Amino acid sequence: MSVTYIDAIREAQEKLLREDDRVFLYGQDIATFGGAFKATKGLAEKFPNRVFDAPISEDAMIGMAVGAAIEGMRPIIEMQFADFSSVAFNQIVNQAATHFYRTGMPIPLTVRLPSGGTPGSGPFHSQSMEGIYAQYPGLVVLTPATVSDAYHMLLDGVALDDPVIYCEHKFLYRWLKAKSINGDHLPIGQARITRPGKHATVVAYSAMVHEAVRAADRLVQDGWEIEVVDLRSVKPLDIDTILASVARTGRLLAVGEAFPWGGVTAEVVARVTEEGFHLLDAPPQRLNARDTPVPYHPKLWAAHRPTPESICEALRKLLSF
Amino acid sequence: MLRGRILENKLSSLYKAGKIVGGVYLGRGQEAVSATLGTALIQGTDFFAPLIRDQAGRTAFGEPLIDCTRTYLGSVKGPMRGRDGNIHRGRPDLGMPAMISHLGAQVSVVAGMLFAKRLQGTLAGRVGATCIGDGATSTGAFHEGLNLAAIERLPLVVVVANNQFAYSTPNDRQFACADLVEKARGYGVGGFSVDGTDMLACVSVIGEAVRRAREGGGPQMVVARLLRLSGHGEHDDGSYVPAEARVDHYGQDCIEVAMQQLIENHFATAEEIVAWQDQIADEVQRAVAQAQQEPVPDPYQEDWTALSTRFPLDQPISQPIFS
Ligand SMILES: Cc1ncc(C[n+]2csc(CCOP(=O)(O)OP(=O)(O)O)c2C)c(N)n1
Repeated sequence: MSVTYIDAIREAQEKLLREDDRVFLYGQDIATFGGAFKATKGLAEKFPNRVFDAPISEDAMIGMAVGAAIEGMRPIIEMQFADFSSVAFNQIVNQAATHFYRTGMPIPLTVRLPSGGTPGSGPFHSQSMEGIYAQYPGLVVLTPATVSDAYHMLLDGVALDDPVIYCEHKFLYRWLKAKSINGDHLPIGQARITRPGKHATVVAYSAMVHEAVRAADRLVQDGWEIEVVDLRSVKPLDIDTILASVARTGRLLAVGEAFPWGGVTAEVVARVTEEGFHLLDAPPQRLNARDTPVPYHPKLWAAHRPTPESICEALRKLLSF
Repeated sequence: MLRGRILENKLSSLYKAGKIVGGVYLGRGQEAVSATLGTALIQGTDFFAPLIRDQAGRTAFGEPLIDCTRTYLGSVKGPMRGRDGNIHRGRPDLGMPAMISHLGAQVSVVAGMLFAKRLQGTLAGRVGATCIGDGATSTGAFHEGLNLAAIERLPLVVVVANNQFAYSTPNDRQFACADLVEKARGYGVGGFSVDGTDMLACVSVIGEAVRRAREGGGPQMVVARLLRLSGHGEHDDGSYVPAEARVDHYGQDCIEVAMQQLIENHFATAEEIVAWQDQIADEVQRAVAQAQQEPVPDPYQEDWTALSTRFPLDQPISQPIFS
């Protein structure tokens, strides 16, 4: 028996619906149809009047969730693809994210963003928007990379009183399997050393953790021991774990699937440079997707995002200083 | 209505005397519409998301004057504690969300508050209402929000104050239908038109819309025609409003019309109205004086966090305060 990443997301939602009356699910095609990726399969039958199809109105979906949260509910909103949350951007960053600061009343809603690229998905079904949301004050931004994190971080995220942007990677949905949903269950805000090493630190999150581990595996034959840090949540950012790792290795590469201008990798490099400059033996490096829309053709797509090959290349450069 | 007008006249003088930082936005000319809606709602049961020109409606719904003066004058004791100002205030825990500037955004929020009550099994007999300008009907948020409320058949009342201008932009650059109320049909919601300068007409039409929503008739949209009798904000003289619009029927002042209606229908005498004005002026004066005496926010006392959750490992970037 094995569980996939998307099973974990479905299971977490089922548990939440079963145990917390305040939770309801709202999103396009999520009721009878079970969602574009089947993350809510069977839930509408089990929980009638708790799982609702939404009109194609991302702005109103989030506005509605904010109103429901004001009145004591804990809505989970499924965006059909992270990319379409751009239509809800205003309600997310201006309504939900400012509410606690302005009024003192927190808004416990969770927005699930099916994120990241898959072959053939093209410019509008492939985006990674964590950096954009992390830039705004008032949001918690989660980027689980493991089956167990997908499960526990969704449960823990919904339990938070603040708005949560839960970035789930579409490539991991069915590709990533685990024996069980249980894991170390670290708290939100704590990063994990996925793979210990001593020559360089790769900071990654979401699907890029797996690409980084593959790259690290390959470099073993050259005698390099690469440490991989999985951020788990990009906001809050566990700078302590990152600095402790860089203190051991003296070298940093930050890897992300989002566009290269600014974003999570830039934040990681900036924070380490600011707070741990003395720990660095080499200039910290970043590896991101390219500065174009995400291309459709698998050949272009594979060259657009970081891969084990490009991560190895970046690491070799980092280790050569 | 009178409270709204007298309070706002005071805000305008405070602004001109340089006592208010940021903008001042008045509801002058829209008090009949706004106050009628506020009066038709029941605080504690209903929800009301006021917008820019709803001082009168806020007061009628039950917002104390001091919430207004504290927010405009930046008192830490106000509901927004100096973190937000002027009309961007509310008491979400008392059914009155704090508007964000982005127009149209409150429609879906009120729909969500009502939706929550349906899930909790306590929707019956409740209404949620919001106001919006003619300009804001052009936003995607307005469309999405009203359509969503219509699908769910929520007891939402949207009152559109068509004051003929959105900032400086006239109706003919804002929409192409002959009358905004035609949109109600397209959304599948109830539609009403009313002369927004006529208090008694507002009482009956807005009252009826609220009643229908309360009784399960689904969303209702009321379009009130009137004219904004001030600039967009107090920084604006509104010189782009043509003279004909001012002398037109809809250019009349709803407060004067209302006073006449009260007297003609023997609801009140001229002397009583004068006494109300004196009493309100006194209340306003006290609310201003109190807010002016109160402390303003202190950057050293702020926790500078936008989240209610404290993450033990999160170390925000430290930044010195220079003030
Ligand atoms: C989405 C959005 N765009 C622009 C603005 C700037 N703005 C503030 S008020 C206003 C005019 C609003 O006109 P209307 O909706 O007719 O309301 P009125 O001011 O006439 O009451 C504009 C353009 C805004 N607040 N929100």
